[in-house]
Amino acid sequence: MPLDTKAPREDIRFRQVGSRPVRPDGVDKVTGRAKFGADLKLPGMLIGRVLRSPHPHARIRAVDTTRAEALAGVKAVVTAADFPDIGSDETLAAEGDENLRDVVRNVMARKKALYEGHAVAAVAATSAAIARQALSLIAVDYEPLPHVTDVEAAMRPDAPVLHEDMFTSGVEPKPDKPSNIARRLEITLGDVATGFAEADVVVERDFRTEAVHQGYIEPQACLASFAEDGQAELWCCTQGHYFVRNACARLLGIDISRLRVAASEIGGGFGGKTTVFIEPVALALSRKAGRPVRLVMSRDEVFRATGPTASTSMRVKIGVTRDGRITAGEAELKYQGGAFPGSPVEMGAMSAFACYDLANVKAVGYDVVANRPKAAAYRAPGAPMSAFAVESVIDELAAAIGMDPLELRLRNAAREGTQSAYGPKFGPNGLVETLEAAKAHDHYNAPLGPNQGRGVASGFWFNFGGETSVSLAVSQDGTVVLSIGTPDIGGTRAAQCQIAAEALGIDYDKVRAIVADTSSLGYNDMTGGSRVAFAVGLATIEAARDAIEDLCGRASKIWGISPDAVVWEEGAARPAGPNAGAFEPLSLADLAKVAANTGGPIAGHAEINAEGAGISFGTHIADVEVDRETGRVTVSRYTVIQDAGRAIHPGYVEGQYQGGAVQGIGWALNEEYIYGPDGRLQNPGFLDYRVPVASDVPMIDTVIIEVPNPGHPYGVRGVGETPIVPPLAAVANAVKNATGLRMTHLPMSPPRVLQAFEAAEASRAEG
Amino acid sequence: MVVRVRLGGALKTAAGGRSEFDLEADDIKGLLTRLAELCPELKPRLDKGVAVAIDGQIYRNAWFEPVPPDAEVFILPRMSGG
Amino acid sequence: MPRRAVSTTINGDAVDFLCEPEETLLDVLRDRLGLTGSKEGCGSGDCGACSVMLDGRLVCSCLVLGAEAEGRSIETIEGMADGKGLHPLQRHFLEQAALQCGVCTPGFLVAAKALLDRDPDPSEREVRYWLAGNLCRCTGYDKIVRAVLAAAAEMREA
Repeated sequence: MPLDTKAPREDIRFRQVGSRPVRPDGVDKVTGRAKFGADLKLPGMLIGRVLRSPHPHARIRAVDTTRAEALAGVKAVVTAADFPDIGSDETLAAEGDENLRDVVRNVMARKKALYEGHAVAAVAATSAAIARQALSLIAVDYEPLPHVTDVEAAMRPDAPVLHEDMFTSGVEPKPDKPSNIARRLEITLGDVATGFAEADVVVERDFRTEAVHQGYIEPQACLASFAEDGQAELWCCTQGHYFVRNACARLLGIDISRLRVAASEIGGGFGGKTTVFIEPVALALSRKAGRPVRLVMSRDEVFRATGPTASTSMRVKIGVTRDGRITAGEAELKYQGGAFPGSPVEMGAMSAFACYDLANVKAVGYDVVANRPKAAAYRAPGAPMSAFAVESVIDELAAAIGMDPLELRLRNAAREGTQSAYGPKFGPNGLVETLEAAKAHDHYNAPLGPNQGRGVASGFWFNFGGETSVSLAVSQDGTVVLSIGTPDIGGTRAAQCQIAAEALGIDYDKVRAIVADTSSLGYNDMTGGSRVAFAVGLATIEAARDAIEDLCGRASKIWGISPDAVVWEEGAARPAGPNAGAFEPLSLADLAKVAANTGGPIAGHAEINAEGAGISFGTHIADVEVDRETGRVTVSRYTVIQDAGRAIHPGYVEGQYQGGAVQGIGWALNEEYIYGPDGRLQNPGFLDYRVPVASDVPMIDTVIIEVPNPGHPYGVRGVGETPIVPPLAAVANAVKNATGLRMTHLPMSPPRVLQAFEAAEASRAEG
Repeated sequence: MVVRVRLGGALKTAAGGRSEFDLEADDIKGLLTRLAELCPELKPRLDKGVAVAIDGQIYRNAWFEPVPPDAEVFILPRMSGG
Repeated sequence: MPRRAVSTTINGDAVDFLCEPEETLLDVLRDRLGLTGSKEGCGSGDCGACSVMLDGRLVCSCLVLGAEAEGRSIETIEGMADGKGLHPLQRHFLEQAALQCGVCTPGFLVAAKALLDRDPDPSEREVRYWLAGNLCRCTGYDKIVRAVLAAAAEMREA
């Protein structure tokens, strides 16, 4: 009776999937009841604070905490000595794989402070004021060292070296001197030299992008409570409480099952909350103090000491024939990922040319370290930067051969069966559909005014599946509670209720979803990688089918017929056909009422490693207006067209498209980490780290394309990350169209735009 | 049976430039074990963890996923999102 | 320095508390009074997540001292639903999917209500500029603006 989960059901007439119900956690969020990371307190709670390095690079000769420990009201002080010295090869499965040695050194500096803001010690005290005072009593003996923050500067042979044991991997012969280049990697397909020889026009350009931050409005916050018997509880805002549990258990030297982590509501993550910063520290303080500890980061600390993206220096070269065939694509990508290796350059290299069917590709990547905070994931990590470069060059080539930029993309678009630049053939996908929809859209054909310009760009993300555990319990009145283990960032509880309701054939409001803690369900990979609607949805369907099998079995016993003669349709068990018998259907509520008599509690569960995630392509259209006096670029119209496979809740899919696009617009126009010559971050606040506000952007129009993913019974594809990939180039291409200026350094802030105008004027005067 | 395995992403560099291997395997675990034997320079990367694409479908952990005959098989880095 | 004794009105109720002189109104609301609906996103008045009404004026409570509440009237997100049901703004935010993570939502609702209290028929542009002091990182503002305009339309009809 249970259907094969993998086979997509073309015949489904969806009742719940595709509708727009109000989310189950919504009322709590609009009334202020919802509890986020800093909203919980416990009796006897202490306030934790972290002491951070004022130097971008320094040897730590000694840390003297005696005076701090002696201060009245201080109950615990921790330093690196309170954490294990983990060896170099230990990794922990996370979204990617976190190197635990780097994590523990990032959480608390050992022999060196590697960036301004690097944690050096922490205290827990009875009040915030006492905690602040205690920090000032900790004496750290620093030996400041020369520092480097720029990616190109960090790669030079004479650059100050961060790690004496870092020898570039991926180069032959193996270097004998340490450097800041952790790794060189190369991806090739065909032969680019041959490809360029075939081209009629070749464009080669250098690009730079500055580091940006995910900008979640809720700073990291947690509440840790360590009991005397070694059992601990942690409340924190995170994208992955199971990862937090495993990482903290390792860092505190306790069994995983002794730590129970509950995920609070999370005020944004976007990848920045897929690792640990303050959680192990709070637990260590709580253990030492014997009391609960609340540790919350200030906004200043979030900018200085969490995980921004990489800043980059890139060169891209693409060749095309006069009739619009791209013959070769080459990229050299240098990504600086902060003080430890792990910038997303590999994914940047793999995704760079993914939208195109190319025979000849070469992408070389360098993972570089510098004296900046350790980079964390940010929505399609690595892809927006390389796409900015590639999509800008594609635009230039289109202009060079006099072809419409969408047409050039269409002629070379990756389709089902295209060999991707990074290896496998693509399955069915909607890139062509998004390009055609863009061409036909009103936006693309609307007239432009003076100083206005239009740009387009396409983008791609891999999307992932992963380990997922879900439990579905049927209450005695036939209503259902669904327990999932992935924090809800964007409204997934609504989507999961819709999926469960669809699978069971009942109404949406009969299903309630909760995000369970780590002790209540099997392991779950994080919320991230655009995986929740896909993987958790898959597990929910399996759990529902598990329950349905049980329910049909009970009905068959009640009726005295074979289980094969029972089907589940529209929320009830029914005889499979007239030969099975003339029995009245038994609804979920009917069967739930007699659960105790027919075998006990009714529930379904699923523990899977979801595979078969579908890639998602998108194409964006951006209109800008450029003020030649101030250099200000205003986005006047914006359209996102993206393949969702199947939109479970169209309202929340639109929300992902709009939110990702506006983050991309911020990245393109205003956001950047600004470092002074002293290696210190100059703009660690929302005033000068300028994210888009409501008056900066227009309505963001969206078009949801649906090319079902064959790996999911409802056709779902992840959608959360792709929307941030096209905007950087879409906006840059629009600026070119409006002004004739090819901007190659992001962000295109007013000073940079004015500089570009002046430079163009100067060369016009000379020319 | 014999399967042709190709290294995708940047794994070719880890394998000293070689990108294609013919080996005997019925499932992903067998495939990775055989590959490590044939190409010892690749073993550290394989032990750390890789993804395997079979006919375009990416598997990140599935040891016992069968590898059908004539499948297109790529070994890829383990990727992650945000 | 000794703590200050403060008497104030919050969401229509008389409230007394003690606070340190340097404590902000936001700290008092969250840590002393358990009203955690107002959020600290930045502590410097840049993000609007702590928005409350102080004597009918929209302020960032992280920029107001707890002691300044003496004798004044404060409205927070917790007072927006009147006990009989949700405010139209709250309802429209839900129906229009104008929230994703929801952490900025209390600030937006308080700010939007402040706008509609003084101008029941704002244009889209006016809504966007009024709300420019509230940061949202999830939604791109589109559905928030639509929800505010829809709520305004409904409230004009009532």
